[in-house]
Amino acid sequence: MALLHESESGELADEMAQAASGSVGEGLALHGVSRREFLKFCTTLSALLALPPAMAPAMAQAIAAARRQSVIWLSFQECTGCTEAITRSHAPTLENLIFDLISLDYHHTLQAASGDAAEHAREQAMKDNAGKYLLVVDGSIPMANPGYSTIAGISNLDMLLESAKGAAAIVAVGTCATYGGLPKADPNPTGAVSVADILKLSHPKLPIINIPGCPPIPVVMTGVLAHFLTFGRIPELDALGRPRVFYGETIHDRCYRRPFYDQGKFAKSFDDEGARRGWCLFELGCKGPVTYNACATIKWNDGASFPIQSGHGCIGCSEPNFWDAGGFYNALSMPARPLKVGAGVAAAGAATGVAVTFFNRGKKGAAKAAHATTTLDDLEK
Amino acid sequence: MDQLQFLTWVRGPGLDLSITIFVLAVIWRLVEIYGLGRKQDLSAPRSVPGASGWHTLVRRSLPPPGMLRTSPVSYIGGYVFHVGLAVVVVLFAPHIKLIQGLLGFAWPGLPSQLVDFVTVVTMVAMVVVLIDRITKPVKRFLSGFGDWFTWTLTFLPLLTGWLAVHHLLLPYTLMLALHILSVEALLICLPFTKLFHAFTAFGSRWYNGAMNGHKGVPV
Repeated sequence: MALLHESESGELADEMAQAASGSVGEGLALHGVSRREFLKFCTTLSALLALPPAMAPAMAQAIAAARRQSVIWLSFQECTGCTEAITRSHAPTLENLIFDLISLDYHHTLQAASGDAAEHAREQAMKDNAGKYLLVVDGSIPMANPGYSTIAGISNLDMLLESAKGAAAIVAVGTCATYGGLPKADPNPTGAVSVADILKLSHPKLPIINIPGCPPIPVVMTGVLAHFLTFGRIPELDALGRPRVFYGETIHDRCYRRPFYDQGKFAKSFDDEGARRGWCLFELGCKGPVTYNACATIKWNDGASFPIQSGHGCIGCSEPNFWDAGGFYNALSMPARPLKVGAGVAAAGAATGVAVTFFNRGKKGAAKAAHATTTLDDLEK
Repeated sequence: MDQLQFLTWVRGPGLDLSITIFVLAVIWRLVEIYGLGRKQDLSAPRSVPGASGWHTLVRRSLPPPGMLRTSPVSYIGGYVFHVGLAVVVVLFAPHIKLIQGLLGFAWPGLPSQLVDFVTVVTMVAMVVVLIDRITKPVKRFLSGFGDWFTWTLTFLPLLTGWLAVHHLLLPYTLMLALHILSVEALLICLPFTKLFHAFTAFGSRWYNGAMNGHKGVPV
């Protein structure tokens, strides 16, 4: 943790006190968030974002002075789990406050308005903050039939295209929005596609941040927002559009059970001696080795635990097409599904062998028949 | 197709395809070889101590007197990489899990770090025998495409598996998929290359010994 100089924290206190109307600093002051609490939060965030410790006060100042970022949140084919994960906690945490203090101008689940008023709020926010607002999307978009999912009579595709026009950046939240998720699972009845599948074609220059997970870790969401507020740009992304800082390593890389994997100590069932001793869950189907996410380091519910710590293998929920990746309880080295090798294969092999044998024997017989006998007379010729 | 889909393909349809070809071709080749037949032997069998198929089976698995000194790389390198390969294939926990998934039974594995060490030793032994094959004029003269090809087919699963375990060069997901793919390539090619000795080596050793024993010659 960075030790902050008095002068720096003093400046921040002034900044928070004199925060401009509508700024995050003003909001924090209104909610009674102390300078110390806020600096602690920013130090944690800067550590999470792998920034130098000296960046914490700079980040705190930038966030406090920033105007509340207008955010429009669209929910398409989803289960609301992402919203639940980000908003629900036992007590209001500072993460929640930061989240509240962005200007969440449109969100089906959280907004009080409904019907036309709700849609007007979205249109108004788009107009007032043209080119500046963040568009957060959770859920996939049905392409088989626009009627599968509509909001106020507007298809998901139309709403996405219309809302993306004036956005500064897109944040796809959850595996449904980032890669299609559960709706896209085989046989994909709604023809579900991800946000990027559409916007990379329609708005190729629009930055898209993918925050996959089913649901994603709440602090990853706030971390990305904090990065955007501090630097005015999106964080560094990997080939799948995920912030490298949170998705740079696999669960397996950072798993506390990793030493047992290295020692070859594996739980064979969920209630055996190995499971009780906390051995590696690889053989029970853990997808930690192929899953890039920060669960093993940041954990869930204020760092309380994460699935592997609770005794269940990682299901790989932040990876594309994880529903169809070979079963949650099959080890990665096992066949992804029961082997489809027909019973006739051995018979076909034997039949081929017999056919080739007949061919070989025929050849041998023909060679023998064609063999001319040499006599003494022949040799004397 | 992303990396996870590629991995799922090699763990699904790719595995089906390679095992189908492997099973079909192994049975085909065995039936073909044993179906070739031999001429009827009309001579009276001679009985000499030490001359039999079983004796030859043991004797040909050990270096003949003096040969270990003459050609140490072939013998020691050969032993090390064959034994190492067997250890890596059948005593690494994820491999046992695969066999359990396919055949339904399992056995205890070795610690991963020990298997890791054996893998490195095996790869080093394979590289040494390859260098020996390249640098010795007679061995080079006797080597054809099949020798270089089968060496590569055998080496790639070891290398990709080791790289995957250590998360080197490529993301683990892609490297694991390439590892499984390389094993599938090995399975498909095994029945049609000299690698088929995995099925025929001991049979042919026994046959040679038995034939020579019949003639009263211990070999």
